[in-house]
Amino acid sequence: MNSVFWTHLVKDLRIEWRSLDAIVSMLFFAGLVVVLFSLAFDPRAAVSQGIAGGVLCVATMFASVSALNQAWSREIRHQVMDAQRMTPSSGAQLYFAKVLVNFIFVTLVQIALAPFFFVMYNLHIAGPAWVLALILPLGTWALVCNGVFFAALSIRSRNRELLLSLILFPIFIPALLGMVQATTAVLTGDNDPWLWIKMLTGYDIIFTTVSLLLFDVVFHAE
Amino acid sequence: MTDREAASSTICARVENVSKLFGSFAALRQVSVDLLRGKCYVLIGENGAGKSTLLRVLAGLLRPTSGKVTIFGEGEPHDVRDRIGYMSHAPMLYDEFTGQENLRYFASLYPGQKCLEPADALRQVGLDPNLSRPLGQYSQGMRQRTSLARVLMPVPELLLLDEPFSNMDIESTRQMVELLAGFRHSSRTIVITTHQREHAAPIADWVLRLKGGRVAECVPGSPSL
Repeated sequence: MNSVFWTHLVKDLRIEWRSLDAIVSMLFFAGLVVVLFSLAFDPRAAVSQGIAGGVLCVATMFASVSALNQAWSREIRHQVMDAQRMTPSSGAQLYFAKVLVNFIFVTLVQIALAPFFFVMYNLHIAGPAWVLALILPLGTWALVCNGVFFAALSIRSRNRELLLSLILFPIFIPALLGMVQATTAVLTGDNDPWLWIKMLTGYDIIFTTVSLLLFDVVFHAE
Repeated sequence: MTDREAASSTICARVENVSKLFGSFAALRQVSVDLLRGKCYVLIGENGAGKSTLLRVLAGLLRPTSGKVTIFGEGEPHDVRDRIGYMSHAPMLYDEFTGQENLRYFASLYPGQKCLEPADALRQVGLDPNLSRPLGQYSQGMRQRTSLARVLMPVPELLLLDEPFSNMDIESTRQMVELLAGFRHSSRTIVITTHQREHAAPIADWVLRLKGGRVAECVPGSPSL
């Protein structure tokens, strides 16, 4: 990781620190999804333990999309991306910094949401709790690395916000499945989550590598 | 060195039969032009004549549909983009940062390349580098000057300026023209698109009028600076 990567990373963190746009909108959105699901299903029922993993993952996914839709908005607004394209630095560094920044934002939202979520759903973790600290980052990375890539791919489209969801959700399905199954396995303690964790890891490695390799093409496209 | 070699050594950019189509609309049609080192070219023409498109093709931000662009006799614009400075209508800067923060960020994207100090670049365009307001609170003219400072910072050999005098007051325009005259004297090539031909007249070596995507006229200017 060289200085250009850190430059992009610090830039995005500083902009978010000044505006708090992404984190506040994600927190509000994710909180709303958790509350709505708790109203739709009785959170004290025995089944809540089984669906809680899915609710947490879906809340994270919807909240992340609200941030990912804005991932490149500042670069588009005043053609900043054209200025970045004119520099000799590689687009892959910009992409990787953007992924890491969004990963940090989503993780912060998950950390803020977790206590609220456990109280709302009256959850007791039956399996090894520390494994959740592995599953959630792996699932979040899968979402963010694809989301940032496809958000960049769709920036030249008029319906970019709709297009992002239409492309991202189907591609994210295997990772979502792995994330939900592994989380549920840990919460209920019924199954072994490791098969799903391995699948999530493989998914992350493949999609991060492919996105990094292809990003320069997307970045320099007209 | 043959006459041909001598001529090509002074050519900064060569545009050969370049056409650019957007769907069925031809923004550029078979444009051919040689840009010489140390000269200033002013592109004029009505809206939609192809001025900005030609500039973006020279910058490597658009690929020609047909034809060829060679910069510094070396290759396509994309390959030598670190030696090209491009300024658009938009500031191409972050609203949330001050002018100096923006310039520091962009200076870091030229690793290993000698750049002007951000504060010096801002002083060159007549701005106070210590301004603490974010760019979003600058006037349009100040943004334009900050954008020019961004372009000047990596000391480009080819300067492409799209409507640099728009939204600028007379005094700022005069200062910018004097600054560009200095650039021209240091053997750098400048291409300016403008609707205000009179502003660029003091530095214009050649005036190219574009019409319907073609070079309709190419007349020598009478630079006074």
